[in-house]
Amino acid sequence: MSSDGENDEFLYEDEYDDAFDQDDEAEEIDSMSEPDVYDALSPAIEEAPQKKPYDVSWKVKTLQEITDMQNKEITKIQSVLEVPASSAAILLRHYVWNSEKLQEQFWNDPAAALEEAGLSPPSSPTTRTSALPPSPNKRSTRSLRAGPSTFLSKRTKSSASIGPFECPICCMEFDGPSVDVNTYSMGCEHRFCKDCWREYLVGKVKGEGESAKIQCMESGCGRIVREEVIDELVEKDVSKRYHNLLNAAFVADSSTLRWCPHPNCEYIIQCTQAPARMLNQIVPTVECKCGHDLCFGCGYAASHRPVLCKIVRLWEKKCADDSETANWLQANTKECTKCQSTIEKNGGCNHMTCKKCKWEFCWVCMGPWSEHGTAWYQCNRFDEKSGIDARDTQAKSRASLERYLHYFNRWANHEHSAKLDAEFYQKTEKKMEQMQNSGNLSWIEVQFAKQAVDVVIKARITLKWSYCMAFYLKRNNMTELFEDNQRDLERAVENLGYSLEQNISDTESIAKLRQDITNQAAYVQKRHDILMDDTLKGYLERRWEFSVDV
Amino acid sequence: MSGLPKRILKETERLMSDSPPGISAAPKDDNLRHFDVTVAGPESSPYEGGIFKLELFLPEEYPMNPPKVRFLTKIYHPNIDKLGRICLDILKDKWSPALQIRTVLLSIQALLGAPNPDDPLANDVAQNWKENQSAAIEQAREWTRQYAQ
Repeated sequence: MSSDGENDEFLYEDEYDDAFDQDDEAEEIDSMSEPDVYDALSPAIEEAPQKKPYDVSWKVKTLQEITDMQNKEITKIQSVLEVPASSAAILLRHYVWNSEKLQEQFWNDPAAALEEAGLSPPSSPTTRTSALPPSPNKRSTRSLRAGPSTFLSKRTKSSASIGPFECPICCMEFDGPSVDVNTYSMGCEHRFCKDCWREYLVGKVKGEGESAKIQCMESGCGRIVREEVIDELVEKDVSKRYHNLLNAAFVADSSTLRWCPHPNCEYIIQCTQAPARMLNQIVPTVECKCGHDLCFGCGYAASHRPVLCKIVRLWEKKCADDSETANWLQANTKECTKCQSTIEKNGGCNHMTCKKCKWEFCWVCMGPWSEHGTAWYQCNRFDEKSGIDARDTQAKSRASLERYLHYFNRWANHEHSAKLDAEFYQKTEKKMEQMQNSGNLSWIEVQFAKQAVDVVIKARITLKWSYCMAFYLKRNNMTELFEDNQRDLERAVENLGYSLEQNISDTESIAKLRQDITNQAAYVQKRHDILMDDTLKGYLERRWEFSVDV
Repeated sequence: MSGLPKRILKETERLMSDSPPGISAAPKDDNLRHFDVTVAGPESSPYEGGIFKLELFLPEEYPMNPPKVRFLTKIYHPNIDKLGRICLDILKDKWSPALQIRTVLLSIQALLGAPNPDDPLANDVAQNWKENQSAAIEQAREWTRQYAQ
């Protein structure tokens, strides 16, 4: 999986984006690497899963491959700019791995580029000669660690002339050869003892989780501490954490990489077709090697198709915060028109007397009771101006709450059902055993039940999100078509779910049940694909209108 | 004084024998990491003529972690809040173990001479400072007279 071609893809992500934008077809051919895929005469083509225009292609990378990607870039910059590998790494991290921008800046003014990234200017003897072994290893930065003390001692030789030295941090004194052995300076005129360096680096890495931006201990000095210095000074576990943090920063800084969000999964997804600006048109659901789905666009740890990332964020926020409490209050309570106390009417007649300020008013029209005369049980002052306003606001927020609850209940219901269905797996397994025992069916033959449950769960997740989608859709003809598809899928799912829960006691009915369930599952799958296909295509065709900005 | 790192002993010694102008710092008898500090308001600032009391504490991790410093005297300043907490970069993310008590106190003195209402800790003070600077400066003078003299 680490062929040259892949890494090139990483290097030239912009070109790939453009290719995707301008010419979907070309991209498709590219990614499938089968130019004859459109050959209608070839029988195999019909079987091959056709890549839909709204699908993205992706690759799953291991941590090692991510490290290799960085090293490849570093090696390239190292030879182009003729700097040591660790300098190339610091430069690349400073320019967020944008090697073109780095080269541009560097050739403009090498000294300034180095200085800005936190390196000594090239004229300084410490960068070139003593900071690193004379012939930089061409393979990777990590292999620069030739031995435990090679380079730190080498580097301090240049400062052997230093006399008695007091570490400005711990005030320990060093003299003679112990200055060389026990103290270290990055070549920025700031020398400290190695114990202080060690303590400082451990604090930065373990305490603050810093990696690429650990600077000299001197206040205001922007010199960045090199990888090999850290590796040599700190214990192995800290150095390991340091390199993990560097990798994490690399992935976080890259728009084409994303960690799999599932617990204990260490894979990284690479996808060049889902830049942020495309997320109002596509829902880049991908599948990690750990077997779980995730959204490459927003990192959601499951598929949220067919809903756009931004809408999902809005929905989650709406469901999480207590804005709906406020809505309930508005829908179910009224304020005393005089003292603004919140009142929930839980019985009694419409002649209200505020407990707090003793103001008497009519609950129906919210006008003062004094205008009502003796009409105790009905309000005939319906057109009172003050009353109309109060009623309008209330009706609006009640309608809005009801609308939200309508969608939320269905959303939550499908989520809940999907969970129950997962538990239902076990019951299904038992049933399959039962069938194997009683019906003389083979293991392969009873797989239909498991497959059907899979289909149901998948469809329920899609249904769940379809209610989130519908909540944000504007009412128009397109939305009605969407809801028709939604209704058809929902009906099919509920029917199949019902069939699955039928008790299998009769051996003779098994064959019929099997036929039935297989047919229904195929139908659910079809309805599911129709809904998904239509909705996702709708984004590309800009058919959907939302009540919020996307 | 046993148990204190050499660095703290040296710093204390130097602070006592050769303190920067307008600044004094002395450790408490019962805790040598806890300092009583006074800072004189800088000349030609609204705090001129005031002597401000502060407390300074060196945590266990000092000098890898910054000292904790707080104003004890009430002061009207956009970067110092009601509780005397100070918004100063070197006391937070810009801390460097090469900095010292002396440099921290000099920075605090400099902060009195150059308030920065764009990076406020006390929002109401900062707003006043931006909207009506002369009134804010007068208020700072008034507080200096009232609390720091």
